[in-house]
Amino acid sequence: MNMMSVCLVAALAPLAGAITAGLFGRQIGRAGAHWVTIIGVALSMIASAIALRDVMDGNLFNGTVYTWATSGGMRFEIGFLIDELSATMMLVVTFVSLMVHIYTIGYMADDPGYQRFFSYISLFTFSMMMLVMSNNFLQLFFGWEAVGLVSYLLIGFWYTRPTAIYANLKAFLVNRVGDFGFILGIALVLVYFGSLDYGEVFALAPGKATERIGAEIGVQWPLITAICICLFIGAMGKSAQFPLHVWLPDSMEGPTPISALIHAATMVTAGIFMVARMSPLYELSETALSLILIIGAITALFMGLLGIVQNDIKRVVAYSTLSQLGYMTVALGASAYSVAIFHLMTHAFFKALLFLAAGSVIIGMHHDQDMRHMGGLRRRMPITWITSLIGSLALIGFPFFSGFYSKESIIEAVHLSKTPAAGLAWIAVTVGVFITALYSFRMYFLVFEGKPRFEVHGSSDAQHGDDAHAHHGPVDPHESPAVVWWPLVALAVPSIVVGAIAIGPLLFGGYFGDSLQVLSKHDVVGKIGEHFHGWLAMGLHGFATVPFWLAAAGVALAWYLYLRRPDIPAKIQSAVRPLYNLLDQKYYMDRFNDWFFAGGARSVGGGLWRFGDVGVIDGVLVNGSAKLVAWLAGVARKVQSGFVYHYAFMMIIGVFVLMTWWFLHL
Amino acid sequence: MEFSIMDLAPAAAEIFLLAAICVILVVDLFVPDERRYLTYGLTQITLVVAALLTAAGIDSAPVYAFSGMFVGDAFSSVLKVGVCLTVAIGLVYSRSYLEPRGMYRGEYFVLALFATLGMMVMISANHFLALYLGLELLSLSLYAMVALARDSARSTEAAMKYFVLGALASGMLLYGMSMVYGATASLAIGDVIAAVQSGHANSTILKFGLVFIVAGIGFKLGAVPFHMWVPDVYHGAPTAVTLMIGTAPKLAAFAFIVRLLVESLGAEQLVVEWRQMLVLLSVASLVLGNVVAIAQTNLKRLLAYSTISHMGFLLLGVLSGTTEGYSAAMFYVSVYVIMGLGAFGMILLMSRKGYEAEELEDLKGLNQRHPWYAFVMLIIMFSMAGIPPTVGFWAKLSVLQAVISIGYVWLAVVAVLFSLVGAFYYLRVVKLMYFDEPAQREAMQVGVDSGVLMSANGIAVLALGMMPGALLAVCERAVTMSLRVAT
Repeated sequence: MNMMSVCLVAALAPLAGAITAGLFGRQIGRAGAHWVTIIGVALSMIASAIALRDVMDGNLFNGTVYTWATSGGMRFEIGFLIDELSATMMLVVTFVSLMVHIYTIGYMADDPGYQRFFSYISLFTFSMMMLVMSNNFLQLFFGWEAVGLVSYLLIGFWYTRPTAIYANLKAFLVNRVGDFGFILGIALVLVYFGSLDYGEVFALAPGKATERIGAEIGVQWPLITAICICLFIGAMGKSAQFPLHVWLPDSMEGPTPISALIHAATMVTAGIFMVARMSPLYELSETALSLILIIGAITALFMGLLGIVQNDIKRVVAYSTLSQLGYMTVALGASAYSVAIFHLMTHAFFKALLFLAAGSVIIGMHHDQDMRHMGGLRRRMPITWITSLIGSLALIGFPFFSGFYSKESIIEAVHLSKTPAAGLAWIAVTVGVFITALYSFRMYFLVFEGKPRFEVHGSSDAQHGDDAHAHHGPVDPHESPAVVWWPLVALAVPSIVVGAIAIGPLLFGGYFGDSLQVLSKHDVVGKIGEHFHGWLAMGLHGFATVPFWLAAAGVALAWYLYLRRPDIPAKIQSAVRPLYNLLDQKYYMDRFNDWFFAGGARSVGGGLWRFGDVGVIDGVLVNGSAKLVAWLAGVARKVQSGFVYHYAFMMIIGVFVLMTWWFLHL
Repeated sequence: MEFSIMDLAPAAAEIFLLAAICVILVVDLFVPDERRYLTYGLTQITLVVAALLTAAGIDSAPVYAFSGMFVGDAFSSVLKVGVCLTVAIGLVYSRSYLEPRGMYRGEYFVLALFATLGMMVMISANHFLALYLGLELLSLSLYAMVALARDSARSTEAAMKYFVLGALASGMLLYGMSMVYGATASLAIGDVIAAVQSGHANSTILKFGLVFIVAGIGFKLGAVPFHMWVPDVYHGAPTAVTLMIGTAPKLAAFAFIVRLLVESLGAEQLVVEWRQMLVLLSVASLVLGNVVAIAQTNLKRLLAYSTISHMGFLLLGVLSGTTEGYSAAMFYVSVYVIMGLGAFGMILLMSRKGYEAEELEDLKGLNQRHPWYAFVMLIIMFSMAGIPPTVGFWAKLSVLQAVISIGYVWLAVVAVLFSLVGAFYYLRVVKLMYFDEPAQREAMQVGVDSGVLMSANGIAVLALGMMPGALLAVCERAVTMSLRVAT
């Protein structure tokens, strides 16, 4: 098979599955729907693996599959760029997607929308593949919007629940803000580079490093910086960076497999991937890199803090995702693109694992998501327990686990970076380690250790039921079926080992080749590499670093507060009430958005409606044009009398008009 | 006048067609009514063979026959293949409609074939007389076909109107041609343009003739203000005949315009003149066609007004006066024919014995009766409205580009605005099909042949929209290879 067919299989197999399950779901039944989509995604994963192997052999691929149109010298085409970066992403996406597909069989077993769900997640896989495999901005934008659309559909999967509809609308609107910046960035690229092809744009970029735009409106913006910032605004929306992060916690209204696949492992990392892909542009703009550092640092630290006060198990993981995305963004800002992708990869595994494990807990708890009702699940759900523990250790960066290697590299990269604001970011990510450990193990201790609290509370008052048909009655958690725990195990393995295996080649072995470009003055990864002596040495050294002791302190504090002295958190809470409220209300950002943007938009809209809509549009345009149409149609009907001499007369008049016209011209 | 048999090669398809018509006329006499499928089959075979014979010459440089009265070139071959196939597909759609209405007779097929022959002669004409001959052969066949439903007063009336107005238009056209002859002392296309370019021709007489020729063209296309026959004839004629009038003859009419305006009267000083006239016709057609269509309740009348507006778009491509414009117009007319086949074909498919599905009301809830055909109709309506990714979008885009390239941005704006108005009634059809309760619940009975073709038709509209390159390239190549465009 040549590369082109491999790419086509990788992209189109999930689409075929999605179409079959979506349009013919009723005919093929529930089992048919999950088989056809799983086979599609599995094929896609195999194709991705073949592509990765080819890329490792040095066979890069960049080609056009299909030209939709050529217009005014612009080509609109579908094309694939398969290099180290995209091949890695393809494999990560398809692997996690496959795990989630399998897991879904168990998780959604009783849901009436079973086929629809499989159709959506396969469609998502297709969209994500189109995004990462693209070789041009247009297809990138297509994939970008398509994943957004499927995310919207899936957050609102249980569309009868008002909270779900509110959440998907919110996600949609917030992403609109980001996408506006994104499309502005693409438009700038198109205008100033005259092409949407990655290769052509990147080749031209160094020559335009000093170009300035905006003379028409009296400013002198550097072109590359403007493009980079616009594109990054898109990434902020998609990857939920402050202040466009508000949609992600609410997106937990969707079914848990979706939270794992879309809102943790893949879609939200699209922004990270995009910035890494555009590294030849970002390298030329120090301003943009600084902005990225600042935004990433804010997200990494402050979103982590919010995780501490959440009681819904999924929301804790959601805030943890926000914080980890902040880490990746910080790595991008420090020009450590390979480290960002490395963390993206390890995070995809352990965060998908944590989400799916949370889902397993939720199944066990009969769809009660409140951690205050859990506890002591360790013995009742042993597989879920051990995999969760692995995921949590990976998340806090415990030495030898995958998260350790990537997170340690990020902290080190930021430490070495000379980009403005790197110092600030370093403090944020280092303190973030402590916070991460605190909320992760708070969740772990509350759920798995200590005394069971469910006998006391039951779940009949479950307000956060994850399923529309939450079961009621006595709760007796037990291990989930094999189809649920099997993916947990399959994800736990890479969560442990992938860091140790991949760090050498990925970061320091020149794995990414030319797919990521770093200027030598920004090359912090190279500097880290000078002190890198293999994964074992790094892991052992890990016990002697500041972040390790911070993490250990976080775990110890969590243990003390939530196992040893569970009475203290409540006291702290009442002692620092304003601070707690600030966190509980998520820094009042939702309130502010509601008041300022939603309220503002409504009053502006109301004003426009009164003056513009009722007055101008309805009064003049709509009614006016309707009247005009009616009048013209009436006249035409009169003329169209049915009498042949009227018709002939009309023709004569026509000739007369043409003749007069010509005489006037003469 | 001497010629060898080889000289006739470019006209092989036409000669074959004529011979086959004679054979079919005779065979039909001996075929009993219940075996009329023999005539039908022969007709289809004839059309396919004629298309194949024409296709053989698709790559050739221009070849002349009959002492230069007839030309075979890539341009004419493409259009003639299109005509033959369109008529053949139209007959497939029509079969189940004709049978219960007493029109499934030899005359119908023979007239259709004669009309085809007329179109082919028009397309390949290299002389004013040949053009006129083809036009009359086509028109007379169509008049007779409209009147074929003898018992229907509406059809007879439509035929009468069509005939009288057609005769008037023919008179104008002939008058215009005679003026051109007076100015240039020639009727052969090549000689006319040479005479015009030499500057010896009397320009006043020439332009006078031009006005009448444009009027004749306007009638043939159905452009405002020569459009009055269109709604009445489309409405009055049996739907199968409406399909016949509404599709293939548009290809011939396009060739007719190209032969007359571009190849004969395409000298620079005249292009400026007819461009202005066509702008007038085009804007009037866009405005009237789109606006009045909104008020229609009859689907055939609606499509008639939609045709008028489409012809306004077609004229946009022609009036640009550039090679790109002509190929855009050719693309537009080809696309229009494909969409028209689908739209009129759908009316035929929905009709049954004793029931004409020609009111908009009849489309209500089609989605519940037959989701697939509703979807096909949806594609066709989207395409007619010019919504991507259907091919209608590309057709509109390419003519608009042609207009903008000569600096007529205002014209493009007008065209876009009125196609926006037009989108209303196309989308209303979609709304009726998908969101209204059906007035009747009988399932549609569609034969395998017409069902498969209709599906292919709808898919083609979508597929060409995804990959418009091939058809665009064919049109571009035909135009650049064959047209003698004055520079």
